[in-house]
Amino acid sequence: MSTAGHGAAVRIESCGKTFADGTRALDPATLDIARGETLVLLGPSGCGKTTMLRIIAGLELPDTGGKVLFDGKDMTLVPIERRNVGMVFQSYALFPNMTVADNIAYGLKIRGVARDERAARVAELVTLTNITGLENRRIDQLSGGQRQRVALARAVAIRPGILLLDEPLTALDAALRDRLRGELNRLLRALGITTIYVTHDQAEAMELGDRIVVMRKGAIAQIGTPREVYFAPKDRFVAEFIGAANIIEAPIENGAMILPGGRLPIDGGATIANATVMIRPETIRVADAGAGQLSGTVDSVSFIGDRQRIVVSGASGKPLNVDASNTIQAKVGDRVGLSIAADAVRLLPSEP
Amino acid sequence: MRDRLIFTGQLIFTLLVAAFLVVPAGLSISAGVTVNYFRGIQSGVTLQWVAQVWDLYAGTILLSFVIAFATLAVTLLAGVPAAYALHTRGGPLARIVEEIITLPLAIPGLAIALALLLAYGSFGGFRRSWLFILVGHVIFTMPFMVRSVMAVFATVDVKTLDEGAASLGASPWRRFCDVIVPNALPGILAGALMVVTLSLGEFNLTWMLHTPLTKTLPIGLADSYASMRLEVASAYTLIFFVMIIPLLVAMQLLADRDHKR
Repeated sequence: MSTAGHGAAVRIESCGKTFADGTRALDPATLDIARGETLVLLGPSGCGKTTMLRIIAGLELPDTGGKVLFDGKDMTLVPIERRNVGMVFQSYALFPNMTVADNIAYGLKIRGVARDERAARVAELVTLTNITGLENRRIDQLSGGQRQRVALARAVAIRPGILLLDEPLTALDAALRDRLRGELNRLLRALGITTIYVTHDQAEAMELGDRIVVMRKGAIAQIGTPREVYFAPKDRFVAEFIGAANIIEAPIENGAMILPGGRLPIDGGATIANATVMIRPETIRVADAGAGQLSGTVDSVSFIGDRQRIVVSGASGKPLNVDASNTIQAKVGDRVGLSIAADAVRLLPSEP
Repeated sequence: MRDRLIFTGQLIFTLLVAAFLVVPAGLSISAGVTVNYFRGIQSGVTLQWVAQVWDLYAGTILLSFVIAFATLAVTLLAGVPAAYALHTRGGPLARIVEEIITLPLAIPGLAIALALLLAYGSFGGFRRSWLFILVGHVIFTMPFMVRSVMAVFATVDVKTLDEGAASLGASPWRRFCDVIVPNALPGILAGALMVVTLSLGEFNLTWMLHTPLTKTLPIGLADSYASMRLEVASAYTLIFFVMIIPLLVAMQLLADRDHKR
């Protein structure tokens, strides 16, 4: 497979996008992607993530003033066919008039690679993507998962400087999506190529991304490693979009939040009068009644298998979601105590 | 029992309708090989009328095919890219252009021919050549090509296919040849079938545009009906049948084969 070294560094500089009808799809954004890095653009639909990917690909032109640089070279006006990017589309865009092998070899054929070499490369890629034996099939004879692999093999066949993936797993069913996610992760690590991956699925983003760019309404909400965006979300939107989160708003007295179920001390709470905080459900421990900082009543218990989701009311203004170990015995109506480590309580900027 | 009765009734009705449509064609063809149509088939069977038509009108038959395939070539070269452009551009302007291309279907051929004569009739060389008829045929058949190709584009996501090919480094021209055209092939073949048959049988426009030296098959047919024996005109029809049916069958088979592949 390709040697270490691994593609181009990408920089986009104040790239915004306003469509002809006046809709602003993307506010001017600046972003650096290191060579070999896997960057995930994550956000709900309509957040501008696909637009950003298409600007990097060369399928959309940024508004005036925006610039796209590959390894420091200005590519803004270079059309996609001369950017040497490999792209996997959500619908895969496989050519129905060609076989699997011809699809994979198409980019090489365009580049004038000799027939033998093309065949060798195709053989290498079908092995890598686990589709050996399907080379002579037509596209309409493939399952969704197989199509996804062919699309990926075709995109990396040309040894692109940057690999761009636009929701590559979205069209698949859940079980297959999970399996392919793992496979894709191993493949991206093996290739080590600069990758930009668009998804609305936070689990995909967590597993695949070296860094995640969380986007909202055409703007970047936060950039960080999966751990950073999970444990230290910058605002309420990021906190709620990534993983499950309890968001609590309450007044503060002597550095602790005053809640119906007790007082909850928070870091940095000494100087403010009101706080909005986030607490991840798995950071809350269920204790005996009377123990812990807060107390409340069990509202519901959902056994999920590897854990159980317990909803406790009366502890804070809203019922709190708690992810507890699957061995804890808790019944609806039980009084319980909740203990929360100080560093698990994340202060969020108050919403305007 | 009741089902059988209904089935038999339907069958008889269908056969009657089919006969109603086929009998005139059969009569016309048989007239073409009858020695004397008014005395009926007992007057004898002959190929002399066919031979006579061939002597007199071979040129018109040849010209018809030349014009039909030239029309096909022009509608392919202009119509397929036009359909692609209209599909990918979209928007109100594309809709307007599409309507304009379709307009000749609603305008009587005579009116189009008249307009062409008014505008270009004074260019003598052009007026006298078969290219003048070609222009009329292209105007008349273009909507069929553009429409049927656009219908395929609406079912295949050609825009994304085009982007896919572009991401792999293909130039716009390569993309068009490698990806767009092969995937539009069913529509192109259907359009081609329409264009060739319409051009071969076109009378309205051609009748206005032709000169004594640029007669097509249908014009020759009208000519022979007007000025010759009925047997000659019928023999002409026979030749028309013999030439066009294998052509249509061949094109249909080609389209089917591609469809199955």
